[in-house]
Amino acid sequence: MVIAQFIDIFLMFLLVAGALTVLTVRNLFVATMMLGIVSFVMALVFISLDAVDVAFTEAAVGAGISTVLYIGTLALVGSEEKAGIKIAPAPMAICLAVGAVLVYATYQMPSYGNADNPVHTHVAPRYIQVSPTEIGVPNMVTSVLSSYRGFDTFGETTVVFTAGIGVLLILSQRRRRKPGEEEEKPAARNGHGRNLLGIGSDHDLIPHVIAKLLIPFILLFALYVQFHGDYGPGGGFQAGVIFAAGFILYALIFGLQLAQRVLSQNAVLYLIAFGVLLYGGVGVVGILLGGNFLDYNVLSSDPVSGQHLGILLIELGVGITVAAAMLAIYYAFVGRADPVSKLPD
Amino acid sequence: MVFLSTHLPILTVVIPLLSAAVCALLKGKNLPWALTTIISAISFLMSIQLLLEVNVSGPISYELGSWAPPWGIEYLVDPLNAFLLLIISGISTGVLLYARDSIASEVPEKQQGLFYAAYLLALTGMLGICITGDAFNIFVFLEIMSLSSYVLIAAGAPQDKRALTAAYQYLIIGTVGATFFLIGVGLLYVMTGTLNLADIASRFSEIEDTRPIRAAVGFLVVGIVIKLALFPFHVWLPNGYTYAPSVVTAFFAGTATKVSVYLLIRFIYTVFGGDYSFGIIDLADILLPLAVIGFLSMSAVAIFQKNIKRLLAYSSVAQLGYMVLGISLASESGLTASLVHVFNHAIVKTGLFLSVGCMFYAVGSVYLKDLEGIGQRMPITTFGFVLGGLGLIGVPLTPGFISKWYLILAALEKGSYLGYALVTAVLVSSLLAVIYIWRVVEVAYFRSPPEGTEKAEAPLSMLVPCWIFILGSFYFGIDTTINVGFAEAATSFLLGGS
Amino acid sequence: MYFSYFNYWICIILLMIGLYTVMSRSNLVKKLIGLSLFQISVFLFYISMGKISGGTAPIVVEALEGAPEPVYSNPLPHVLILTAIVVGVATTALGLSLVVRIKEAFGTIDEDEILELESEEDK
Repeated sequence: MVIAQFIDIFLMFLLVAGALTVLTVRNLFVATMMLGIVSFVMALVFISLDAVDVAFTEAAVGAGISTVLYIGTLALVGSEEKAGIKIAPAPMAICLAVGAVLVYATYQMPSYGNADNPVHTHVAPRYIQVSPTEIGVPNMVTSVLSSYRGFDTFGETTVVFTAGIGVLLILSQRRRRKPGEEEEKPAARNGHGRNLLGIGSDHDLIPHVIAKLLIPFILLFALYVQFHGDYGPGGGFQAGVIFAAGFILYALIFGLQLAQRVLSQNAVLYLIAFGVLLYGGVGVVGILLGGNFLDYNVLSSDPVSGQHLGILLIELGVGITVAAAMLAIYYAFVGRADPVSKLPD
Repeated sequence: MVFLSTHLPILTVVIPLLSAAVCALLKGKNLPWALTTIISAISFLMSIQLLLEVNVSGPISYELGSWAPPWGIEYLVDPLNAFLLLIISGISTGVLLYARDSIASEVPEKQQGLFYAAYLLALTGMLGICITGDAFNIFVFLEIMSLSSYVLIAAGAPQDKRALTAAYQYLIIGTVGATFFLIGVGLLYVMTGTLNLADIASRFSEIEDTRPIRAAVGFLVVGIVIKLALFPFHVWLPNGYTYAPSVVTAFFAGTATKVSVYLLIRFIYTVFGGDYSFGIIDLADILLPLAVIGFLSMSAVAIFQKNIKRLLAYSSVAQLGYMVLGISLASESGLTASLVHVFNHAIVKTGLFLSVGCMFYAVGSVYLKDLEGIGQRMPITTFGFVLGGLGLIGVPLTPGFISKWYLILAALEKGSYLGYALVTAVLVSSLLAVIYIWRVVEVAYFRSPPEGTEKAEAPLSMLVPCWIFILGSFYFGIDTTINVGFAEAATSFLLGGS
Repeated sequence: MYFSYFNYWICIILLMIGLYTVMSRSNLVKKLIGLSLFQISVFLFYISMGKISGGTAPIVVEALEGAPEPVYSNPLPHVLILTAIVVGVATTALGLSLVVRIKEAFGTIDEDEILELESEEDK
């Protein structure tokens, strides 16, 4: 136990050190990598706090997809921060005040880890005691996520959908050019930016071979995470991110054109919408069969198998929307840098 | 129609949501617009039905996934949020009737499917926030609304690149606000073990005198007030409203900040309870001064603006001050005044922004220097703007008068000094409103139009909806059974119920 | 327990660093990085409150013969934070796409320089 606690405390100090580096370092690439590391360490902390699903997601999103997005952006906008380190008094005062309020609050908070806390005695016991029989799914996080609070997850899918179409809308805008204005070369055209943005390279043999080996396993793993979410950590969201990661790897190594030949930009948009409609459709079917919105019990004659079917379908909806939205966002960023096809005319 | 009526609460929210997914795939400019308008109108009809139902037979609870609260998420419609649903879906529908030509001129045709999808998502978010009875669900829908509003504001970029920075600024401030809200919800959860608003409220009295709860109240109120754009958290609003497409500005001016006003009322009265919010800890000590400083200073700032949209945006911040003042008076009449003003201001301000949208359509700019003599070039639009301006000032027979009348009565109840001081402040602020509206009138009617410009009105498809709002505002200024009636019903429900 | 509020204090420190980064830095990407940090700290807060000492992850395991029933940590905060993580990455993606467009439109991603350019625009 002592060793476990020591590790926890060590990880927490790593978090703080990482955060301080993020704040002070001037190179934005370094800051991005440090943020990824903080996310990854946070995932480890989550594991020691028993939140395996959250750890999985944090690792896939915080250390994975977000980092890709940040780096893609930095390749387009440059990576050096201009101003030096200066201490800003007003923000400092606000932060200290917020921190002070929180410290003040902690002193009467139920003590950490105590099983008698209100959090553990009021709503949660039902999830823990009844859900394995009521829903029939061993992973309680999945039960709560997709059944008891399935509507929150529908909202979450909608948030991803919103971000997907939002990025498409914003990054497909054409710049209105004043007459006589010089065409500005995007940073990605030269040097390193090319490969980061997935324009692809023809002669790097090793990445090609390794990617060909890896990608099938990544996609297979995504499917495993998607359909095994009932029994272990995982589910639609994590699977979607991993699936998208496999595709992004393909686009990085073999070029955007080839990736888009497999899954075109239009197809991706359709898939984003399809996932949302699938999720919502399950809800509507619940209404049509005489239950409430997102009631899975009525989907089958036996409530537990109804729950199974409902969870399977909505997790699929989440997975499709997330994978497609992540890809759409990636395509949109890369499309912005592609010197041939997408530059503003 | 038993089927429809039992599922009305969820359908009101889910129909726009699912239509957004369809709308994103539609091509061209007419189809997405038509779908969006029809869906918004359906939502509007359903909200009317809901409002009538709850006022006759009491609150309606709808269990999502058939899980009983607090284990599942509950939709709880009562006279307060049904009133808000009516305002939001009504304003949205009116604005959409106007939107087709305006959007066609401001947003590239290729993007309109996505644009209208984002519009529907914003509508979904607002309706979802109002109708839900679950604290975390509020956060989720708050984010749907916020993300889509960043997108909608950024859609103004082809007209003015500053839309991008405005959207970015709003994204940062809005996310900080939402995260504060999330911390507040977390603190409530840690003390009560539940996320259902009614359940939190029922357990609130046992733990109300603890530090985490006080901190939770602080975080929730600050988070909401950031989203509400109460002075001094308003910096994001003027930029956002100025550079967004005209239709988006009109839509948000009528609805977005009202949702935050609703949240403030909901938490103060339903969750914390009025006795706690204004007795044990006195939120009025903070909210009231901010509200008063807010409406005085922002009305003054509005006078010096060069851009009509920005002028009206500052006026919006000032009007939000009135609403918060009504809440912080902590009385039945104050709350009624606040709700009446939510309704009245929504109609008046939307009408004003729509008429400014007509000017932008015809002239291509909303800077005062470009609008000289606009009264001769666009007589119908400008006259509409002036009538709307009268409503904003609060001239008798306009809805602004009704809300200020209620506000002043509520302030006088406060007793001698404070009451008179507040009344004076409201009157001074109204005088300032006279000045900023007059600045527009002067430019519009007392300057001659530049050489070579001809009379050019906006198309009827825009003028008619704009005038519906203007005339509608006068209707509600004279016949107050709807706005005051439902506001009073909501107030007595809130104060009687808790 | 050695430190009964230790987790919460770490959250608070992270939160302050994140918020300070958002408010004090003028680089638009750095602000978003700070915003991510700020959100991550709230995730830790929620997950900490769901932990039971000696508990295990909320996935049903067959108890061995004679072994005590396993104690599961609270799954609800995990669900909430899964949603919050998704919301966070959605916000980041949207923010970054705005940064890309701002860079194209203004030629810089430094807030102070943008403010100057914007005030010129009004003249």
